[in-house]
Formats: sequence, structure tokens, C-alpha cells
Amino acid sequence: MLGKLTLSAIPYTNPIIMGAVAFMLICVAAVLGAITYLGKWKYLWTEWLTSVDHKKIGIMYLILAGIMLLRGFADALMMRAQQALSYGSNMGYLPPGHFDQVFSAHGTIMIFFMAMPFIIGLMNCILPLQIGARDVAFPLMNNLSLWLTAAGAVLVNVSLAVGNFSRAGWLGFAPLSELHYSPGVGVDYWIWALQISGIGTTLTGVNFIATILKMRAPGMKLMRMPVFAWASLCTSILIVAAFPLLTVTLALLTMDRYLGMHFFTNSLGGDPMMYINLIWIWGHPEVYILILPLFGVYSEIVPTFSGKRLFGYTSMVYATMAISVLSLIVWLHHFFTMGNGADVNAFFGITTMIIAVPTGVKIFNWLLTMYRGRVRLETPMLWTIGFLITFTIGGMSGVLLAEPPADFVLHNSLFLVAHFHNVIIGGVVFGIFAGVTYWAPKIFGFRLNERLGRAAFWCWFIGFYVAFMPLYALGLMGATRRMDHYDVAAWHPLFIVAACGAAIIFSGIILQVAQVVVSIRQRELTRDLTGDPWNGRTLEWSLPSPAPAYNFARIPVVRDRDAFWDMKQRGVDLKGATFVPIHMPRNKAAGFIIGGCAFVLAFAMIWHIWWLAIAALAGVIVTLIRHAFDEDRDYHLGAEEVRRVEALHGRVAARST
Amino acid sequence: MSSDPTVLHAGSLALKPGYADHAADALRDLRQSGDAVDFRLDHHHDVASTIQLGFWIYLMSDCLLFSGLFATYALLNSHTAGGPAASQLFDLPDVLTETMFLLFSSFTCGLATLAMSADRRNATVGWLAVTFVLGLGFIGMEVREFAHMVAIGAGPGRSAFLSSFFTLVATHGLHVTCGLIFMAVMMAAVLKKGLTPTNRARLVNLSLFWHFLDIIWVGVFSLVYLFGVAHR
Amino acid sequence: MNVANEAVAGQPPHGARGGAHGPARKQYIIGFALALALTLIPFALVMNHAPAATPLVIAGFAIGQIVVHVVYFLHVDGSQEKRWNLMALLYTAVMVFIVIGGSLWIMHHLYVNMVPHASMHGRVWK
Repeated sequence: MLGKLTLSAIPYTNPIIMGAVAFMLICVAAVLGAITYLGKWKYLWTEWLTSVDHKKIGIMYLILAGIMLLRGFADALMMRAQQALSYGSNMGYLPPGHFDQVFSAHGTIMIFFMAMPFIIGLMNCILPLQIGARDVAFPLMNNLSLWLTAAGAVLVNVSLAVGNFSRAGWLGFAPLSELHYSPGVGVDYWIWALQISGIGTTLTGVNFIATILKMRAPGMKLMRMPVFAWASLCTSILIVAAFPLLTVTLALLTMDRYLGMHFFTNSLGGDPMMYINLIWIWGHPEVYILILPLFGVYSEIVPTFSGKRLFGYTSMVYATMAISVLSLIVWLHHFFTMGNGADVNAFFGITTMIIAVPTGVKIFNWLLTMYRGRVRLETPMLWTIGFLITFTIGGMSGVLLAEPPADFVLHNSLFLVAHFHNVIIGGVVFGIFAGVTYWAPKIFGFRLNERLGRAAFWCWFIGFYVAFMPLYALGLMGATRRMDHYDVAAWHPLFIVAACGAAIIFSGIILQVAQVVVSIRQRELTRDLTGDPWNGRTLEWSLPSPAPAYNFARIPVVRDRDAFWDMKQRGVDLKGATFVPIHMPRNKAAGFIIGGCAFVLAFAMIWHIWWLAIAALAGVIVTLIRHAFDEDRDYHLGAEEVRRVEALHGRVAARST
Repeated sequence: MSSDPTVLHAGSLALKPGYADHAADALRDLRQSGDAVDFRLDHHHDVASTIQLGFWIYLMSDCLLFSGLFATYALLNSHTAGGPAASQLFDLPDVLTETMFLLFSSFTCGLATLAMSADRRNATVGWLAVTFVLGLGFIGMEVREFAHMVAIGAGPGRSAFLSSFFTLVATHGLHVTCGLIFMAVMMAAVLKKGLTPTNRARLVNLSLFWHFLDIIWVGVFSLVYLFGVAHR
Repeated sequence: MNVANEAVAGQPPHGARGGAHGPARKQYIIGFALALALTLIPFALVMNHAPAATPLVIAGFAIGQIVVHVVYFLHVDGSQEKRWNLMALLYTAVMVFIVIGGSLWIMHHLYVNMVPHASMHGRVWK
């Protein structure tokens, strides 16, 4: 009846896990209790969970990502603590099996459920505003993508309490992830969490490509789009190109594990190397899916806070495109050591090094934008400068690793770990914080607290160096990644330093939580009444903060790059005199229901509860078909209502029709 | 319509198909000097063409999904692990019949689209029904082939070659099955509501999907079956 | 109006309205005939064990047939309306080539350089 699921699946004898589970349950109970106490269930359901408004969906993505950042960072702290302790006779506090789950969960969460939702959240919040659109191309599908991602995130967290998580690393390399070596449910949790959220991400990619290609405001030619829009377009293309490969790789592993097939096994002709090959065809573009939107964010922040046009717009666009093409032909550098021979390794080594060229072009463009600009060192700019320094160092260690002979020495060492944290924290995470701080007034309607933001930046910036520079050294000294124990005396002090670095970053995160709380409490002080708090350049700043549900009462006509800056120069009046009814999509529950069914389906598959899996799948299909016959999808917001909302923001001109 | 000089109204823009797609050009052509327009790209043409582009991009992503399966099959088809090889298993005349089912169904699906364009509702449903039956025949033959292979001990667990064969062909079959469900829903929708703009847009997507599956089958037919038998 | 009709990919491009759908039907018939031929010729070659039935020839026919399907059934052409469809298609073709070609290239080199796994091949099944 319940497949493999029994009471013993709950690890109630493990105090660490049970403590975490208890904490999680208390948090969930507190949130649910608060909603009930405030009587907000109906509001939550009708205004948020079923919302098709890209701005609200974006905010929900940001909340999901923020929570998962805390979860993933807790894993990081546990690893740093274990490695600081577990030297010589001290075995640390985590048994190997648990440690393996911790690093697998850390990687999976940080990439799929922290970085991706943050990026997609920012794209959702800002992109349609930047291109002068009233919505995304497929609003309900946008909602569905959110809930598929959330279903995956919930699965990862459920694995903590019911069963266990994968011990095979964030990419689940075969044959370790095969049934023979990982017989438990851990790998299945990993597979289904990624599969479901991956499908959500693919749909997001389709959605944003269609949005950008079809829904730009009149006059916004491709070469007039803000660089963030360009970066989002390239990222969406990469998502659509790469994520199907993840889907297929995971599906083949699923076939091996569930139906006894032999794709990646060690027997009957299976070939584990094909797994490594396939997963990295997705895996490398994924890295650029993460970083490109943030390159876009920096390209918005630098001109705004330098009071100048972006230097080298055209080269920036071409560099973005070059990176998105090159990123598709470098994947083998993740497995140079597998014996592909000199020809193949040389090809992929060279393509990898070539990527440094367009990236360098970008760095110089940002520097030259700042050069002779009137640079305002506000928090977003601080993160950007932190990024420029940190990312350049990380990029250079990457070029080092692109050298196949060097990679033979450094492969799977802590040098590699230091390198990718160097680019992902220095590039992606700093960019996310820069972007959230920069657009917070537009998204939430008020600015984030400046002092706490700065303090958090310095903790992150310093903490990053203290935590990861020792790992470069450790890697060169021969320390491999994913060790739960070691006996080399020379490594111990460096691991302790790294743990201190993690603690400094932790204080940064605490400050950020405080920043969010304080900013919400003092929101009246920092409320953005102008809609343009930073003297911005792109169209999102021409709207009130936060933007009304329909975004633009009148669609702007774009005549130049930096469309809003151009409007300000020409003294365009943003106030409207006449308004027309606006066509709006209706909120629908289908996305949430399908996301819920997908979660149940995955959970049932993990525990081999076949009847439930069939029921959940039927739920998905029935919901889709019901939706197909649903005619009540949209409505028109009346002109008077538009006028009323615009008047609230002081955007109605005195003259009338 | 207002006399506000900075506002351009939508009606004139939408006259020519494709204009809203290139609204910039439209504005230039009209020598317009306004700073805002009061329309949104929600004219039916644009909705239809946006939906169609989105669906097209989804098809492209599906194509890449199949490319992963094809790559796996191309690599693993020699990994027979002492089990049966392609040339011993495949019955080409049967496969040709299957292929004809699909090719004829692609043609009749095209005829359904033509009937739709001619506003002939019953003919549309009729051709869809023919397509449906042909698709069902295809699936039936595929299931029979699979059952036969499993029965003679050449199931998907026998070797890496057979794993990749079953997965590739069954994934295509699964897509065809989804297409059949889609088709059944569309026949019901057209019978119930007629050739509404929504139904038309979806029928276009359905036909895209169906033709796309036939293209994938060309790859399967050639790479799996013809190569398998020719290339010993 | 029947707005979905305006030359979207997958739709017959011209003259399909109001019953006068000669050209569009002709397109389908031409495409169907070509596809039929491109299926049957390689099939006959393989069935008759013709020496011409090499992988390259079969692949050539397959690619030819795919092009026929794209042009005559999916109606993708270079027109302004379908510019993005065509670009997406070409991009996908490049990606398919990278995925399949790259994987085979890499794995082939791997097999040349490394000792093949004992269980992979094996004797012919009787």
C-alpha cells in the first residue's frame, strides 16, 4: 500500500537530523499559524499562490530562493565545521554517510533551488518592465514553472525528514548513483527533485524567449534592449538548449534504477562515461545560465551609478552571444582526466580558454563605463565592485584549470572547489544581492536598509576570501574535495581558517536577514514615491514603484537605448490623459494544482507507491484537459479603474478628453 | 479615439498582418511622433503568433531531448553484451508498415489543417479522426513489436543496446500517445465549440506537433532500423 | 476574423481561405510524394542488400526527408513572419549536431585510448 515507505524511514535516532527537522517544522508551523491567525488564507490563495502576475511570481521565486539559501548555507557551515574538526584521531561529528548527503544537498540546493530561483525571480520581476510589456507571453505557464520549481525544493527538504538524500554528489555521477551502489531512496529524491524543477525551468526558458521576441514595446529593436534583457534572452536560449539534456540524462538514470536497464551500469554493456558526458553537456551551459543574467544586472547597475551610458553596448551584446555559443562546446573540460586523448582535450581546452576573451571584454566595458563617471558607491555598486575583483581572480584560476595538463593535477581537488565558488559567489551570488538591492524599490516599493546592506557586503566580501583562499592552497597541497576526514597535519590550520571564513559569511547572512526585517519595519522611511530612486536609465524606472498590475497604462514608444534616460532628456511627460481598457489574464489554480500533483507523483515514485503515482499523473492530465476547456481566462480592466490606479501615483494629466 | 497627440491608437497598426510583430517599423512608416501608444500586443494575430512561437520553441527543446536519446543509442547500439544485435531483431517490412501509418497520418493531419482553413468544421474533425486511427495503428504495431521482443528474451534489461533501443523508440511512442490525447481533446473541443480562434491556434500547434513526431520517426527509422539491418 | 490563419508555421501559407485551397493542398501532396519516395528508396536498398546501402547514403536520404517535412509540412521558409521559427530551427540543428557529434567524438576517443569494458560487446547472439 505504501511501497517502501515505513515508519523506519524517519531517522528519529539521529539527533542532528531530528534537530533540523524539528526546527523546520516549527518554522512551517509558525508561518501557517500566522497566516491562520491573521486570516490571510483566502488572500494568499487568490492574490499570490494562483497569481499570474509576473511581478508577484517573481517575488515568490525570490522568497523561495532566500529560504533555500539559508538551508544550503547551513549545509555549508556543517561541512566547514566537520573539516575543521575531523583531523587525525578526531573523526568530527558527522558520520561519512551523513557528510556525503550534506555536500550533495549543498550543491543541489545552491544551484537549483537558490541561484536559479533568484535569477528567474529577478527576470520575472524586471524583464517585462524593461521591454515595455504588460506581461510575459504565457502568464499561467509562468505560474506553473514556479510551482514545479517549488515542488522540487520541497522534495529536497522532505528528504531530510523522510528517508535520506543522495550521497552521490550534486551531479549524481554514475555508476555511484546506480541502484547497485546507492540502493536507498536518496538518489531517487535527487532525481525527481531535479527532474520536476528542471521541467519548470525549461518552460520558463520558452516563456521568456517568446516574451522577448514578441512583446517588446514599439521602437525597442533588439539592439535597443537593455543588456539585462539581452542577457535574459541568451540565458533563456541556453535553458531551452541545455535543460532537455538534463531531463534525458536523469530519465535514463531513472530507467536504470526503476526498470533494470543498463545505460550507465558496469554490467551488460552499460557505460558510466556516457553519463558524465551527457550530464556535462547540460552542466556547462548551466554555469552560464547562472552567470549571464548577472552580467546583465551589472550592466544595468554600472551605468546607473556612474551616470553614464554603458561603454561598448554593442560589444557587450556580442560578447554575451559569443559566451552563450562557446559555452555549448566546452563541456569536456569537466572530465579531461577520463582518457580522451590529446586531440579531444586540446580542442576543449582551447574553447574553454577562448571564453575568457568575451568575458574580459565585458570586464573592460564595465571598468570603462566607470572611468570618468560620477560613481556613486551605494550598496548595489559595492557588490558590483566586489564582483569585478573577485570574479576576475576566479576567472583566472579557471583559465588555469582549462589547461589539460594542469587539470590532471588539480581535477577534483579543493583548488577546483575554490575556483567555482570564486566565480559563483563572486559572480552569481554578489550579482543576485546587487540586483535585489538595486531593484528592491521597484519590486517592493521601498529601498533596503543601506547600513546593514553595506555591513553585509563587507562580511561576505572578506568572509569569501578567508573561506576560499585557503582552499586554493589546500588544493595545491593535494587535498581532494568531499573528504570527511584527513590525516595531514599541514592541512589542518588552513581548514580552520576556512571555517572562520564561513563564520564571517554567516554573520553577513545574519545581517542580511536583519536588513530584510529592518527594511520592512521602516518601509515608510525609505518608500520610493518617485518610481526612479537611483536616477535610472531603463524603462522599469519610468513606472511607479511597485508597478501596477498592468505595468504600463500606455505602452511607451522607444527611440533610443536607455529608453527612460532618453525620455527624461527630452522631457517626455509620463502622465496620461486618456486611458483605455487593458486586457488582463485571470488568476488560475491550474499551475498550483499541477505543481502539487507533480510533487505527489515524485514522492510516490520515490517510495514506489505506484497507485498514488498513477493517481497523481491522472491529476496532472485531468487538470490540463479541464484547463483546455476553460474559457474564462481573461478580462478587461476598465479605463476608469486604470485612471483610478494611475491617479494614485499622480500620473493623470490635468487636461482631459 | 482621443485627440491626444502623443497617443497612437492600435486600430490602424493591426491592419497589416505582422505589423505588431514589427511595431517599430509600423511606427516609422506612419511617421509618428508620439511617446506612447495605448495598445498592447493583444490583437488576436499577435496572441496566435506568440502562442505559435512558444510552441515552436518547445518543439525545438523536445528535439534536443531526442538528440540526447539518439546520441545514446548511436553510442550504445554496439554494446550488445552477448545478447541479440539489431540485425537479428528487426523485421523491416513491419517497420515499413508502421512508418506508413505515421506518414499517412501526417498527410491526413495536413488535410485537417486545410479543412480548418476552409472553415469546414466537420471535415476538420473527420480528417483528425482518420489521423487518430492511423496514429493508434502505429502505437498498436509498436506495442506488438515490443511484446514480441520481450517474449523472446530481448527485453530492455538484456543489454545496453536494448535499453537504448527501447527508451528511444518508446519515448517517441509516448509522444505519439500524448499527441493522440491532444487530438482527442481537440476533436471534442471543435465539436463542442466550433472553429473558434483558440481552437484554431491549438489545432495549428497540434499539427506542428504531429509533423514534428514524424520527423523524429524519420530519424528512428533510418538510424535504428535501416542502419541496424544494413550496417552489420 | 480567422486570425490564426495568417501564415503561421504549420499553416498552409497561401490561398487556403474560402475553399480555394489548391496551392496549399498541392504543397502537401508534393511533400507527401517526396517523403514517400525518400522512405521507400533507402528501404529498398537495405532490403535488397544493395552495396549502395551505406550509412552515409541512408543518412543522406534521412536528412533529405527531414528537409522535405520541414518545408512542405511545417511550412518553414525564409519569410519575415517565420524568421524566428527558421532561426530557432537552424540553431537547434547546430545543437543537435554538437550533442550527437560531440558525444560520439568524445566517446570514440575514449574507447580508443582506454581498455574497453569487458562486458560491452561480446559474441553474437544466436
